[in-house]
Amino acid sequence: MEKKNKLSVLTSGFIKENPVFVLVLGTCPTIATTKGVISAISMGLAATAVLICSNLVISLLRKLIPDKVRIPSYIVVIAGFVTMVQMLMHAYLPDLYSLLGIYLPLITVNCIILGRAEMFASKNGPVESLLDGIGMGLGFTFALLCMAVIREVFGAGAFAGIEIPFLVDHCVPFLVKSSGGFMVFGLLIAIVTAISTKRGKKAPELGCSGCPAAKFCKAAAGDDVECVNATAKTEGGNN
Amino acid sequence: MKELIIILMSSVLIDNYVLTKTLGICPFLGVSKKLDQAVGMGLSVIFVMIMATCATWPIQTYLLTPNGLDYLQTIVFILVIAALVQFIEIVLKKFVPSLHKSLGVYLPLITTNCAVLGVTIDNFIQEYSFVQSLVYSVGSGIGFLLAMVLFSGVRSRLDSPSVPKAFKGLPSTLIAASIVSLAFTGLGGIIENLFK
Repeated sequence: MEKKNKLSVLTSGFIKENPVFVLVLGTCPTIATTKGVISAISMGLAATAVLICSNLVISLLRKLIPDKVRIPSYIVVIAGFVTMVQMLMHAYLPDLYSLLGIYLPLITVNCIILGRAEMFASKNGPVESLLDGIGMGLGFTFALLCMAVIREVFGAGAFAGIEIPFLVDHCVPFLVKSSGGFMVFGLLIAIVTAISTKRGKKAPELGCSGCPAAKFCKAAAGDDVECVNATAKTEGGNN
Repeated sequence: MKELIIILMSSVLIDNYVLTKTLGICPFLGVSKKLDQAVGMGLSVIFVMIMATCATWPIQTYLLTPNGLDYLQTIVFILVIAALVQFIEIVLKKFVPSLHKSLGVYLPLITTNCAVLGVTIDNFIQEYSFVQSLVYSVGSGIGFLLAMVLFSGVRSRLDSPSVPKAFKGLPSTLIAASIVSLAFTGLGGIIENLFK
């Protein structure tokens, strides 16, 4: 029974609770780094590494961190791991490091990582959190890969930098621009919406559950707000 | 001077943070339903970007780089920005309550906004001087405000037409964002033709 439970924690991040297409978290890197398959995979794996480590550490520390300062503490833990990944990539994978550029340090503010810390790691044990990190991270990588394949194959007529004979003469450069990223993301979300409404599930909405600012977003936008599934509390020090 | 104008123009129109670099999408999609909210959010972002650049540029240049601590950039910047936003909120509440009333709600939203952290890091990737960094952050903030205002106008019309069921809500919003972003790609050559 318990083993099955752990397996479902691992697999739910992949399809059922895919962080990008179902929870709609981390939209910025999803659009920005999916111009090519290589940058998408390296972004996905870098974020996965940070997510696994931060989930494990935060779940181990969850009883020690006071509730009021938990968001800043999570951010420090996450930023620490991001720095490690940055240094490792700078040393061993300098090409990928310069390919990802500014998006690598910005993993710190990727809401998937903070969101999983807030929604999962702060409530569950280290083993489950580790599995959740692996599942969510691979789900994120998978989603990025889906978008990158569509955008690179049809937008640049290539796959991972290798040109595809026929398509390279008939490519749609619009798709590799950021506007194409918004478009492909919108179309994929529409497909997910169609499937989930057919199955009687809720359509994906902009995910605010991991965002520490969700409450303010709600306050700022009044009643008709997109962040309806916001559960996150606010940062300490406001009161 | 010419160089500063080029930085300003290109950060507003060409390398627009939201529409071209796709950073700060959450507030762009979340708080752009009404014009006044979009303006409030945009103004707060400009304000915080300037303050964050003022705080992080000297820290990196005079504290981190001379001591060989460049690798601490990410941690230090995110903490400085978080503390700064809290500090600004307290100061505004105490001394300029009218401004706090109009911008106060939006300030905490900005702490984890990737555009703000992005600008402060970008200043060093582009190797800008302090003045150039300031201009760049003002430009990026204006670009954010411009995108928010334009998009709130688009969105106010997005609810009325009947869209296919699967496209209701987020998908149609994203596709509208795509078209707004496409309009900005049209401005691509403006710098070369104006200044060079």
